[in-house]
Amino acid sequence: MTTDLIVRLLQSAVCFGTVIMYGAIGEILTEKSGNLNLGVPGIMYLGGISGLAASFFYEFNNPDPSPVVCLLLSFLAAFLASALGGLLYSFLTITLRANQNVTGLTLTIFGGGLANFFGGSLNTMAGGVGQISVAATSAVYRANINNVSNLGVVGSLFLSYGFMVYLAIAAAVFLSWFLNRTRAGLNLRAVGENPATADAAGISVTRCKYLATCVGAGLSGLGGLYYTMDYIKGTWANDGTIESLGWLAVALVIFATWKSLNAVWGSYLFGLLFWVYLIIPGLGRKDIELFKMLPYLVTIAVLIAISLRKKRENQPPAHLGLPYFREDR
Amino acid sequence: MNAVTSKREPLLRLTRRDGIPRPQAYAIRVAGVLLSLAVSGVFIFAVTRLNPVAVYQGIFDGAFGTPRRSWVTIRDAMMLLCVGVGLAPAFKMKFWNIGAEGQILVGGVVTAGFMRAFGGRIPTPALLVLMAAVSLLAGCVWGVIPAAFKAKWGTNETLFTLMMNYVAIQITSYCVALWENPVGSNSVGIINQQTRAGWFPAVLGKEYGLNVILVLLLTAGMYIYLKYSKQGYEITVVGDSENTARYAGISVRKVTIRTMAISGAICGLAGYITVAGASHTISTVTAGGRGFTAIIVAWLAQFNTFVMILISLLLVFLQKGAIQIASQFNLNDYASNIITGIILFFILGSEFFINYRLVLRSGKEAAK
Amino acid sequence: METAVQLTNITKRFGQVVANDSVSLDIKKGEILSLLGENGSGKTTLMNMLAGIYFPDEGEIRVNGVPVTIASPKDAYACGIGMIHQHFKLVDVFTAAENIVLGLEEPGGLDLKAASAKITEICGKYGFQIDPGKKVYDMSVSEKQTVEIVKVLYRGAEILILDEPTAVLTPQETDRLFDVMRNMRADGKAMVIITHKLHEVMDVSDRVAVLRKGRYIGDVPTAETSPQALTDMMVGHAVALNINRPAPKDPSPRLEVKGVTVYDALGVKRLDNVTFTANSGEILGIAGIAGSGQKELLEAVAGLQPMAPGASIQYHSIGSDAGAPGEELVGKTPLQIKQMGVSLAFVPEDRLGMGLVGSLGMTGNMLLRTYRKGSGIFTDRKGPRQLAEQVKEELEVVTPGVNFPVRRLSGGNVQKVLVGREIAQQPSVLMTAYAVRGLDINTSYTIYNLLTEQKLQGVAVVYVGEDLDVLLELCDRILVLCGGQVSGIVDARTTTKEEVGLLMTRFQKEAAQS
Repeated sequence: MTTDLIVRLLQSAVCFGTVIMYGAIGEILTEKSGNLNLGVPGIMYLGGISGLAASFFYEFNNPDPSPVVCLLLSFLAAFLASALGGLLYSFLTITLRANQNVTGLTLTIFGGGLANFFGGSLNTMAGGVGQISVAATSAVYRANINNVSNLGVVGSLFLSYGFMVYLAIAAAVFLSWFLNRTRAGLNLRAVGENPATADAAGISVTRCKYLATCVGAGLSGLGGLYYTMDYIKGTWANDGTIESLGWLAVALVIFATWKSLNAVWGSYLFGLLFWVYLIIPGLGRKDIELFKMLPYLVTIAVLIAISLRKKRENQPPAHLGLPYFREDR
Repeated sequence: MNAVTSKREPLLRLTRRDGIPRPQAYAIRVAGVLLSLAVSGVFIFAVTRLNPVAVYQGIFDGAFGTPRRSWVTIRDAMMLLCVGVGLAPAFKMKFWNIGAEGQILVGGVVTAGFMRAFGGRIPTPALLVLMAAVSLLAGCVWGVIPAAFKAKWGTNETLFTLMMNYVAIQITSYCVALWENPVGSNSVGIINQQTRAGWFPAVLGKEYGLNVILVLLLTAGMYIYLKYSKQGYEITVVGDSENTARYAGISVRKVTIRTMAISGAICGLAGYITVAGASHTISTVTAGGRGFTAIIVAWLAQFNTFVMILISLLLVFLQKGAIQIASQFNLNDYASNIITGIILFFILGSEFFINYRLVLRSGKEAAK
Repeated sequence: METAVQLTNITKRFGQVVANDSVSLDIKKGEILSLLGENGSGKTTLMNMLAGIYFPDEGEIRVNGVPVTIASPKDAYACGIGMIHQHFKLVDVFTAAENIVLGLEEPGGLDLKAASAKITEICGKYGFQIDPGKKVYDMSVSEKQTVEIVKVLYRGAEILILDEPTAVLTPQETDRLFDVMRNMRADGKAMVIITHKLHEVMDVSDRVAVLRKGRYIGDVPTAETSPQALTDMMVGHAVALNINRPAPKDPSPRLEVKGVTVYDALGVKRLDNVTFTANSGEILGIAGIAGSGQKELLEAVAGLQPMAPGASIQYHSIGSDAGAPGEELVGKTPLQIKQMGVSLAFVPEDRLGMGLVGSLGMTGNMLLRTYRKGSGIFTDRKGPRQLAEQVKEELEVVTPGVNFPVRRLSGGNVQKVLVGREIAQQPSVLMTAYAVRGLDINTSYTIYNLLTEQKLQGVAVVYVGEDLDVLLELCDRILVLCGGQVSGIVDARTTTKEEVGLLMTRFQKEAAQS
């Protein structure tokens, strides 16, 4: 085993982890409000395709695209489109009181359909041929310090990533601070734990849930954006990867026991488990597939463990997945 | 002093409906479907500039334009229905089995494995029975694992079954790599393409006749099981109130595990029907998202398996039509998922108007 | 004394039921007012209108002389009114301090340290003990209640309403609570304590207001009244109901219950060494304040409640020798009891949550007791359907059809379905909890007659009731439960309402004094 190989493994783990970290911290915010949004894969699809489409049309119409505009356009488009997905989910589950699981699954089907449809057809519709590609925007997302000055192993390990890797960590830290150290965060957690109590304390349960779900969806969608812009370098592939990453993000929420700081190292661990076959010599392609099962098995183990230990701090929000209707009490 | 009251009462207020006449409930649902079709039409028009009438002509053409297309539509509807039928008992018990996708896959994988291993070595009818048995067993195991943990320790079944899907997908990937044919294709290829050993035979001259017969038998069987059998009765009681179940001397634990064994087994059988009766190959997309779509089918049909026939047909009909239109315009198949999503959103939304009603401040009821 | 709150002609209806009928009441500063009444007399409903949970249909509320509208708990806090509900509204995974500041819109960020300091200050002032950093799930019931009270004080409440605060407390905790209440009174707060325990009324309050069946009966200074006089106000004069009560028919022991003790999931003792015999051919009434262990007792007999070691429930089958030992029911599941040949009918209090399947029709619910019949895999629906038709006709159940989901029936009809089914299984023991709750007079009499009929057929009937008049006229003997203990078993023909009323509160009084 060479250092090089290990560095490569760790880099892969970080990149992989970043995609699901966004998905997971967005979903943590959503689930803290009591909404179990199984539409995360669909939302990540929406984020990915919207960011890509926005920069594609910009680059398509401007021979000399400005990096700042590329960045802003794609970032905003991704966040807003994903938040819109969250809004749709919120409207159906909160206002129209549709079943959360069914609505979330539908959103996954819908988001995946929309993204893959446009991802596969954007070029056709724009009158071009071949595969969609947004080189200029992708370059912005992939810019890193390590490229500018070679800093050796330390540089490769910690500084060789695009800005979204660091943004994800910042977002996780911020979310943790928000949930645990602010009034709004306290109120939000109360809504997810016991909406009747929150309601009695004068908190608007509906408003809280809407906000958390939409912003949470926006955050999750950034995972899709990072995937298209950085992970696969500003292209699109209809191979279902985002969907499987989206479900891993849902798994990560459980693994992190609904704490965003845990999601940081958890996501890298998932990445490590997913790519660990890189450093195990002599594996056939089929064995690799078995290794990729590890994150899911670990999540199942965690799920069982928390139901066995019943430690209160590690349980899902008490009202997760249930609708709240004041007159029912 | 009544003025005090009305001053603070909001303009619109929600109340739960105690029950709505069935025709009215169906009218609301039909209205939801029609609205969704209109929105889908607008979407298709926006992308293709086809006039709406041509759109629906295209959809119909895609689904039933030729006998071959009709049969594929029916075949796919049957597969979706089969999974929905499998999910019905679990959902009736209020057990969130999100794991049908995985249950289908493990059923499909063992079917493909036996087809490769024993094709040509034992007669096809015997092999078909054998494959059916092992796929039932595999799906059953996949369903019982989360159920046992739920029954014993209350482990969250929604998330557990979801994870089981991905374990199944990785097992499938492993088997695909193991059975790769030809080498380097990253697929298993059509199994026993020459000999057709272990394939469903044509019944009544129809290639997919056996699929239809099997699934419709299951549908009727499940309907009877849920409605008239003692076990079906126990499922209803447990799903309604676990306390009432205990009061009547029903073991909630036993019923949970038994019901999920049945649910998983039927989903496993759906994998068998897919592999032996349609695709004759196995891949990670063998389940094709049916495990998820079927949840919605089962939920919307409120566990009535005959209503599921209609919903499955409607969804597959629209999917096939959307695919047809997309291919006409050199766009891709995923249009069908968009249409499915739109329709489901509308049907989900329409349930609200069945369960609740809006009350205006004056006390008069708003529409619906 | 200054008036803090003035309620004038408050009326509140729930559908057909009038919960409060033109009630007028004053609450004064520096005074503890007891709001006394039996279950269902409308005490909590009245106070909920002050707390912003309900909105009155008619009437006026003035706080400090100013007319106000209280449409939400927030409005109530703005008026300085805080209510401590029976079911605590706390988030389990939060600390005391987090729960207390929840939903507050104070300037500045979330400063739990400052909040904790303020909480400690409040505690010191009134004599509470509370750890602001302790999680609610680690707290005893009494601690949770303290958090609720501090929450209300933290929000600056001047008027405190406590809804049956002692129902969940030990005598020592009750004493401590009363001390705190006296401290708050000294501080000039207005306080209302909702209760039906007479000794507490006498112990802590300055004035007593009595409600009966939604009506305001009157108020008296505590010093000028006695438990006897209050009981009369609370229960009213005995009303002749003219329920037909034949003599018991050849009574012989059917159920011998000995030493039954039950702890609930939280470890609180719900039944304490309960011993009694239920005879065949008689109706044994069970009286007691709500939550005195009635539910646990019936469930224990039905095999639904785990019991502490040492309990014994012996069943003597019909025609067995008087002296012969019976069959032991303790440790058996409901199914095992049934398989022993014990035909136990049970009408639980929570009809839809425990006795019936709400989504099924009458036929489906008749099936609940008999669906195992026969060896085939299918249920026999013919019998249940006939039974459903029969129950529908005989008990005049109003339903569009025997397959119409019972959840959508009115409460009275739901009850008829349940009672009808349980009687139809020709039980040897019939237990009913609040069998006539929510029923109109005619239907109630139908049920009384059905029970009496069962008694004449040699069934041991156990009737848990809340209306003392009915218990006195329907039953042969009355067992009185008080705080999970049997405080007395009296002959229903010779006892008086007052005697039963005092037995219902006997142990609490003794415990409070000890």
